[in-house]
Amino acid sequence: MFEAIAFYLFAFLTAAMFLITVTTSQALYALTALAAGMIFISAFFFILGADFLGAVQIIVYTGAVMALYAFGMMFFDTTRDVKEKKGNKFIIVGFATFGAILVVAIFAAPMVGENIVAHYPMTGAGNTQEVGMVLFTKYLIPFEVAAVMLLVAMIAGIVLAGKKMDLSLTLMNGEEIAKLQDEKNKKVLS
Amino acid sequence: MEIGLNHYLVLSTILFAIGLVGIMKRKNLLLLFFATEILLNSVNISFAAISHYYGDLTGQMFAFFVIAIAASELAVGLGLLIVWYKRHGTIDLDTMTSMRG
Repeated sequence: MFEAIAFYLFAFLTAAMFLITVTTSQALYALTALAAGMIFISAFFFILGADFLGAVQIIVYTGAVMALYAFGMMFFDTTRDVKEKKGNKFIIVGFATFGAILVVAIFAAPMVGENIVAHYPMTGAGNTQEVGMVLFTKYLIPFEVAAVMLLVAMIAGIVLAGKKMDLSLTLMNGEEIAKLQDEKNKKVLS
Repeated sequence: MEIGLNHYLVLSTILFAIGLVGIMKRKNLLLLFFATEILLNSVNISFAAISHYYGDLTGQMFAFFVIAIAASELAVGLGLLIVWYKRHGTIDLDTMTSMRG
């Protein structure tokens, strides 16, 4: 009973938040609604007994990803309204719904027909312990590859976004700052 | 009323449709990124639900790797976006026509 109430409540909230994200013309509202939707999604993971996944969802998405978006938005001009594509709305909505249903049908159809046996059945220990045991035995190599991928992404982010980070405006004196700005103006004019 | 696997799959479908609408509708690249996050999250829900209802942990493992991929994609994508904005002053998709595609 309580599970049903929680499911419908969070389903409604998540769908509403993501609808705001998709339809609003203000980038800041979209960011805030997306962060709220991420937290509501973690509620589903807690209902489903995937406690560790829910905690990771909150930490990674609302902690790291949203903070990164917020810092990124400081570089962009986000105060003006966002322009939209003009097209037939019914076609867009229709194709989107059809495509989503098709994807679910493709993956759900084989499961309905066969009786599926769990390869790594849950033993009844805590969710975090089970996740650790499976992750560090069967999925060890993908785990390490994901770690390398995150390292590569981190270095790429630093290299791309961190141009001229060796200069510090607070440590330079007035002449140096004026020289730097002159160079910048020259670049803009040329 | 009992909440079954189908409820979660239908919810995942609805959220996926919302994300697809966002991808087709948006012109600003930052908001396009938001829509892709919605897509990845809706798939994560269905992974966790299948993992729960079949008593198998593989679904949760895939959800973890999806989260890792989303984080790294975001780091690289935002870096590229910042470089593009510094050079051109806009992140609209329609301005990216340098390859005459």
